[in-house]
Amino acid sequence: MSYGAWIILTGSLVGVSCGIVGCFLILRKMAMLADAISHTVLLGIVLAYLVSHSLEGIYMLVGAGIIGLLTAFLVQVLDTSGVQSDAAIGVVFTSLFALGVILLSAFAGKVHLDVNHALMGEITFIPWDTLTINGMDLGPSAVWMLGFVLILNLILIFFFYKEIKISSFDPAMATAIGIPVIFIHYLLMSMVSITTVASFDSVGAILVVAMLIVPGATAYLLTDRLIIMLCISAVIGVASAVGGYYAALAWNISISGSMASIAGLIFGLTFILSPKHGLLGKVLARRSISTQHS
Amino acid sequence: MNPVDISNVTVAYDRKPVLQEVTFNVPEGKLIGIVGPNGAGKSTLIKAILGLVPTASGTVRIYGKPYKAQRKLVGYVPQRGSVDWDFPTNALDVVLMGRYGHIGWFKRPGKKDTKIAMQALDKVGMKEYADRQISQLSGGQQQRVFLARALAQDATVYFMDEPFVGVDAATEKAIIALLNELKAQGKTVLVVHHDLQTVKEYFDWTLLLNKRQVALGPTEEVFTIDNLQKTYGGRLAFLDQQVNQPFVQQ
Repeated sequence: MSYGAWIILTGSLVGVSCGIVGCFLILRKMAMLADAISHTVLLGIVLAYLVSHSLEGIYMLVGAGIIGLLTAFLVQVLDTSGVQSDAAIGVVFTSLFALGVILLSAFAGKVHLDVNHALMGEITFIPWDTLTINGMDLGPSAVWMLGFVLILNLILIFFFYKEIKISSFDPAMATAIGIPVIFIHYLLMSMVSITTVASFDSVGAILVVAMLIVPGATAYLLTDRLIIMLCISAVIGVASAVGGYYAALAWNISISGSMASIAGLIFGLTFILSPKHGLLGKVLARRSISTQHS
Repeated sequence: MNPVDISNVTVAYDRKPVLQEVTFNVPEGKLIGIVGPNGAGKSTLIKAILGLVPTASGTVRIYGKPYKAQRKLVGYVPQRGSVDWDFPTNALDVVLMGRYGHIGWFKRPGKKDTKIAMQALDKVGMKEYADRQISQLSGGQQQRVFLARALAQDATVYFMDEPFVGVDAATEKAIIALLNELKAQGKTVLVVHHDLQTVKEYFDWTLLLNKRQVALGPTEEVFTIDNLQKTYGGRLAFLDQQVNQPFVQQ
């Protein structure tokens, strides 16, 4: 496969995974928690390296998963003990992220990671970091990790679909009929954490938030069915990745930045043009009401 | 055995007691109104029974067993305002959620569940709205979807939290017809209610509550001026002593 094809595949996998998981964040009004987790997983990655002395994907996933859950847990604890929920997110996220930055700078010589890379990602280098088993070159390791995370996400959503749905829509009812709402919450947070860390290398901590939130927010404007929202969100994720790659090629700009910008552009167009929830639809509806009454 | 048997239930939020030592049991096949002023702990009582808020002390029994062992016998209608009606789903889908407790892990609602859900929608006069996105429904229609969901739970005891709030006259009538039908089937229904003027008309039994239990019994026996004054304190006024219609000064 060509160099460009690998980058497109990597970006598309990020788009699908983030797009699907992101829908649930939006429906549960937890977009800011995703922002927090996307930063605190840096601490998870650094700790995973310090413990395992390796930058293998699996250690990163476990480390990020644990710190992601810790973030969600600490936010929950502060929230229920009287701290404002947005302040709780702010406190937990900056503290854990700062700890990650300190550890990273203290062991900078030994860790093949730098803050800039972690924040911005560098999808351009993905194709050269390949997975080799018994001398066989199996393609970029990022693709393997993203593929694994995507399949895991799809399996979890498939099996827990109705539980995730009811605990997102009506947590009180869900609890009353015996669905473990808290378990579902942490399951989703784990999915966000591993999706973030897998996407980290390609788009970085800041832009992964764009990929988590923007496609879902766009899909929300376009449909009234959850399953369709998930599909549209995934498609928009891929479109942003592919469009972003070509835009970056054409103007010689950052690939990850261009992907997030395309996602933002798609959202902007949808926001204006969506027939149901868009500005244009609302103006037309208002006009038709006023002509009926005049 | 009594459908609902509660003894010494106390609930506190941040050390402030919301319910104190509530003890009662209700007989089978009655429509029971739970009545009391704002902040009397009416919703909290239901939530405590369903395990949605932790109890500081006391025991709850549904047909002699803890709630956790009897979930399938219990139907719940939360307050309409407790959920986000912009959620991307339709009326039928919400009613199907009433089946989730019966379906079990890893399974999807089947044809039988869809049939039950459609029957429930039909009973509340909402069959033709099955495919409608829930944000496109009026307040009364949304309330009826919630009732249909509780019907789909196919329960023996129902708890309803303020089902009459903000609904139109047609919905109010539909709810009353439904309550009477459930009663005719021998089911027990507990309803949090705030309109004192309709208590006598709607409910066989009344539970008067203001953090503590003031009275419980057949409505004609307990729904007295004396008991109402005990429940509402100075906030109660009487429009007309002759017809004995109480109302609450806001």
